[in-house]
Amino acid sequence: MLFLAVLGAIWAAASKGGDAFLLPGPDDVLRALVTATRSGLLPRAVLRSLGRLCLGYSVSLAGGVVLGVCLARVRVVKDTVGVLVLGLQAVPSVCWLPLALLWFGLGEAAIQVVIVLGSLLSITLATESAVNTIPPLLLRAARTMGARGLVLWTRVILPAALPGIVSGARLGWTFAWRSLLAGELLFISGGLGQVLEIGRELHDMALVLGVMAVIVALGLATDRLVFGLVEDRVRRAWGLDRS
Amino acid sequence: MEPIIALRGVTKSWGGGRAAALAEVDLEVSEGQFVCLCGPSGCGKTTVLNLVAGLEFPTAGEVRVRGEAVRGPSPERTVMFQESALFPWLTVRRNVEFPLEVAGVPRAERDARVERYLKMVHLWRSRDSRPHELSGGMRQRAAMARALVSEPQMLLMDEPFAALDAQTRDVLHAELERIWLETRKTVVFVTHNVREAARLGDRVVIFGTRPGRVKRDLTVALPRPRGANDREVATLAAVVERELEIEIEKVIREELDDAWTPAGGAVPGGARSDLGGGI
Repeated sequence: MLFLAVLGAIWAAASKGGDAFLLPGPDDVLRALVTATRSGLLPRAVLRSLGRLCLGYSVSLAGGVVLGVCLARVRVVKDTVGVLVLGLQAVPSVCWLPLALLWFGLGEAAIQVVIVLGSLLSITLATESAVNTIPPLLLRAARTMGARGLVLWTRVILPAALPGIVSGARLGWTFAWRSLLAGELLFISGGLGQVLEIGRELHDMALVLGVMAVIVALGLATDRLVFGLVEDRVRRAWGLDRS
Repeated sequence: MEPIIALRGVTKSWGGGRAAALAEVDLEVSEGQFVCLCGPSGCGKTTVLNLVAGLEFPTAGEVRVRGEAVRGPSPERTVMFQESALFPWLTVRRNVEFPLEVAGVPRAERDARVERYLKMVHLWRSRDSRPHELSGGMRQRAAMARALVSEPQMLLMDEPFAALDAQTRDVLHAELERIWLETRKTVVFVTHNVREAARLGDRVVIFGTRPGRVKRDLTVALPRPRGANDREVATLAAVVERELEIEIEKVIREELDDAWTPAGGAVPGGARSDLGGGI
């Protein structure tokens, strides 16, 4: 808190002393945010972006976990898709944009594709390593108790890998968030990315900074409140945090 | 009577036959017997247990349980490991319930059986704890309840008390003996602790190493319940110990170099160090 206050003070001082157009002070930014909220531009954009994000992220969460599990347990998949996943993980999601735009047109589908491609692979890799690091003894014990096939999967392997999967999901969320904004910058998308774009076109730096602040706040809030709490609970229940 | 477990000519080797874990082992266990498999590390005693459990398969020979060849793990042959292998995400009660759920036992009977076995191992009060909240001894009690709850034909125990402190181990020996007297399950108990073998077994099978094979098969006719410090138990342990020393020296001799000489002089020096005196 103190750290943020100091940072704010430095920011205010810098904007007073320097170019108030290129670096508006905190008060200007706050005013811009209030105006944008009153006009309904900002709330609409936030809802739009979050809605989009939820859709794309759900797809990559489901797909990533399934793919990760297959990578960990099915030899053929590991030898074929595994190499591809590792390679593609190095490609920043924005690189998919040109392709996505050509394939799916300037619309919703292209953004979704970018979100999914941006976050799916990190969830996949986290799931794979979570499944691979399950203590073999647990699996042996489960087999001696008669657990096989689907039961072994749903009752033993997935719960045992859950802490790792949750960490991967948390990471995937931040990747999805970044991909989303990259995608939204490009056209009249109605999301936060577009508001950034509007700010740039109108030379309204206060609005641009304001939107960035909103992005940071939303990102932090979901990470801490949603994922942080879930991860904590899981780790405590699994006995991984023994202090 | 037909033996419940029968190993015939069982050989198990690793890496294409270079190292033999077991060579031509014949072993029979009759119903209700408490058999301890005892031997130095690397003698294949755990391998025998895994073969019976169906977690591993022999390179040659056959493993039969009630006359049927073992094809894989079965809830009729539950295993207790050195670590409890409880599922960390389930409470003690749900852990013990797990094998019953897998087997599709109806709810009411599940509850009754879980209660019965948790009380048998004196863990009923801790039923809602998670494994990481329990001590090592309590975790092994929970593992014992989980192994017994499906009422298997036999209980296979792989050094289940080796990681516990001596006091806890003594208490659990007494508990296991009491539970065994109550249920009369067939038990195969793997250990390298001779005192433990003498304390618990009706029969102590001593394994030799390189390659793994049965070296001696002792019947223990001591009355039960036995005490940890009974003189007969100690005497028997000494006999087993003597047998094992020879094997352990063999292992050390192989792991270290020729300069090592056994303190007890139980093994005559190898051909290289006795200058061919035996010719």
